[in-house]
Amino acid sequence: MHPLSYQTGIEKDKIQLDMRNNLNHLQELESESIHVMREIASQFERPGLLFSGGKDSILMAHLAKKAFWPAKIPIPFVHIDTGHNFDETIKFRDDLVEELGVKLVVGSVQESIDKGKAVEEKGVGASRNILQTITLLDTVEEHKFDALLGGARRDEEKARAKERFFSHRDDFGQWDPKNQRPELWNLYNAKKFPGEHFRVFPISNWTELDVWMYIRRENIKLPSLYFSHERDVFKRDGMWLAHYPFMQMKDDEKVERRIVRCRTIGDVTCTGVVLSEANSLDDIVAEIAATRETERGNRADDKRSETAMEDRKKEGYF
Amino acid sequence: MDNTFNQDDYINMELLRFTTAGSVDDGKSTLIGRLLYDTKSIFQDQYDSVKEASEKRGEDYVNLALLTDGLRAEREQGITIDVAYRYFSTPRRKFIIADTPGHIQYTRNMVTGASTANLALILVDARKGILEQTRRHAFIASLLKIPHVVFCINKMDLVDYSKEVYDNILSDFKEFSSKLEVQDIRFVPVSALKGDNIVNRSENMTWYEGPTLLYLLETIHIASDHDLVNCRFPVQYVIRPFSDEYHDYRGYAGKIAGGIFKPGDKVMALPSGFTSKIKKIDTYDGELNEAFPPQSVTILLEDEIDISRGDMIVRENNVPQIGQDIEIMLVWMHDRPLQIGGKYAIRHTSKDLRCMVKEVKYKVDINTLHRNLEDKNIGLNEIARISIRTTQPLFFDRYKHNRNTGSVILIDESNNVTVGAGMIM
Repeated sequence: MHPLSYQTGIEKDKIQLDMRNNLNHLQELESESIHVMREIASQFERPGLLFSGGKDSILMAHLAKKAFWPAKIPIPFVHIDTGHNFDETIKFRDDLVEELGVKLVVGSVQESIDKGKAVEEKGVGASRNILQTITLLDTVEEHKFDALLGGARRDEEKARAKERFFSHRDDFGQWDPKNQRPELWNLYNAKKFPGEHFRVFPISNWTELDVWMYIRRENIKLPSLYFSHERDVFKRDGMWLAHYPFMQMKDDEKVERRIVRCRTIGDVTCTGVVLSEANSLDDIVAEIAATRETERGNRADDKRSETAMEDRKKEGYF
Repeated sequence: MDNTFNQDDYINMELLRFTTAGSVDDGKSTLIGRLLYDTKSIFQDQYDSVKEASEKRGEDYVNLALLTDGLRAEREQGITIDVAYRYFSTPRRKFIIADTPGHIQYTRNMVTGASTANLALILVDARKGILEQTRRHAFIASLLKIPHVVFCINKMDLVDYSKEVYDNILSDFKEFSSKLEVQDIRFVPVSALKGDNIVNRSENMTWYEGPTLLYLLETIHIASDHDLVNCRFPVQYVIRPFSDEYHDYRGYAGKIAGGIFKPGDKVMALPSGFTSKIKKIDTYDGELNEAFPPQSVTILLEDEIDISRGDMIVRENNVPQIGQDIEIMLVWMHDRPLQIGGKYAIRHTSKDLRCMVKEVKYKVDINTLHRNLEDKNIGLNEIARISIRTTQPLFFDRYKHNRNTGSVILIDESNNVTVGAGMIM
């Protein structure tokens, strides 16, 4: 049984909801996010919007478009590129950037490796996920970004449940979870010293289901990876991973052709796919509503330890 | 595909933000865990990892507190340190829980969680009755003007589901509730551990005829929690596209803080005092016939007048208070005590100013509500009524009338930290 079919104390049709001068929850979330976007444009000099090509950053782009319309989004997009992308991601990114007329900044993990700043992990399960932090912080420094907008949500992960909307980073890019600034009402404190920056999370209060419902309501265009398609995959630790030539396989792992779709899109080495025939937004929403696994349950990067996300975030991860 | 899920129902759900406060053993985490679990909001992999973590610690039950206590230090020490946000929904509403620690040393976290809540959930241990911390949590809810407060008399299973125990707690409560300014107070006898009256009606307390906790959360009327009478629009950002198509476009973007604005309304801009009419209320999705809190919109005026961030658009015949000498109820949030005569940065709506602390009128004992006129030393987690003078006039309402235009934060400019939360009296 999924969350919303569960009959709780009350039956929906017995209540006449008075929506006059009252927003529904998606409208309220949208309004909150737009408010945060406009605070960013007002309070920072050089903000950048982290764009990964995943649905959350596509949602962020959509909300930013609404926040500043009819002007263009006054914030450049920043892509930290691991080089291990799904084929479609880069084209989708470039098309969207062109359509919106925003500037794109790319930070390349390959470049960090070539310069010797980052050292590639080796062996089975090797991923450039952690290396992104190095490239990310270098990109912040190079372009003097004083705020990076991220599409992280508090429902994703228990360390993210503690994040502020405006999250302060010291001059090493580190997050100090035990000593966060209090954040009251809708009054966001963006004051900082030179060299420090902020991570700002405009969609903090959205859940995965909210995101999909909103994408459906707004009919937002997504990469086809989110819809069911045939793909070479293999199973590792109970997760299905897409097969790419640069991935190292264990002896007992074998490549199979399956009907799958992505529930999240990140670096291919750590993004699981799910077996699914959902090929429309309606199908996906119904699938998400019925699912019993969180979306990050498919992320190999979170499975490294009980507090893997907090540990990476302290170092400056997204 | 089996699809009992009605997508259009989901679109028409309201959002209720509530806060909980509790200490280690009063069952707060169990209650939240129960709400999430019984509404099927815990995912299988979350449950599995909590189960595994509980086993690793040698606990003989699945410790649902581990769902909310996510930071390493919290898991190690078995306590809640910071505000954690949790989400669940039922067919009727989406809920955001600001889950906060209950001990007095975390008053600032409770205040933070309370600042955006429509409702406060306060736990009372049926065996212990109204304690100092119950009073403290109720006072914080009252101070932050949370419109609805629900007291859960928990652990009823440990007092044999006794009506007498419940009634005694209620009559004790009446004695101190006269000091509270809360418009709507409810009580529910529950056992979070056993599930009585949380989602399902208890068969052990047939003497209780009121609703279950979840029913209350789903039906409490929140639509009128906003001020829909007094129009307040703090200008957040000015939109000037400078494109061929929108060459002369000048839109004032912001979030409605009070009242209902309509095209044609005669309005005044503060501080200039210039008047004009609303030409249109714009959004990406089209023009609106009216705009109300908490909508984010863009307002265009008939006349070109100079308006920028920090200004406020109001109705000509209904202006807020304007002044530089302001009295606030202050919650102090930093180790370094409040400096009388000290200067701080102050943020009010979209306006950034500086202020000087002129005087501490009195300190409030958060457990008894007694006013202490002698002790002027205001340290971490302490509450005081103070007077300040701002460098320029503020346009404000009393906090009790409008939480958006009646709230301020103080920032220490030596470290940029938010050190105080103020409610204008």
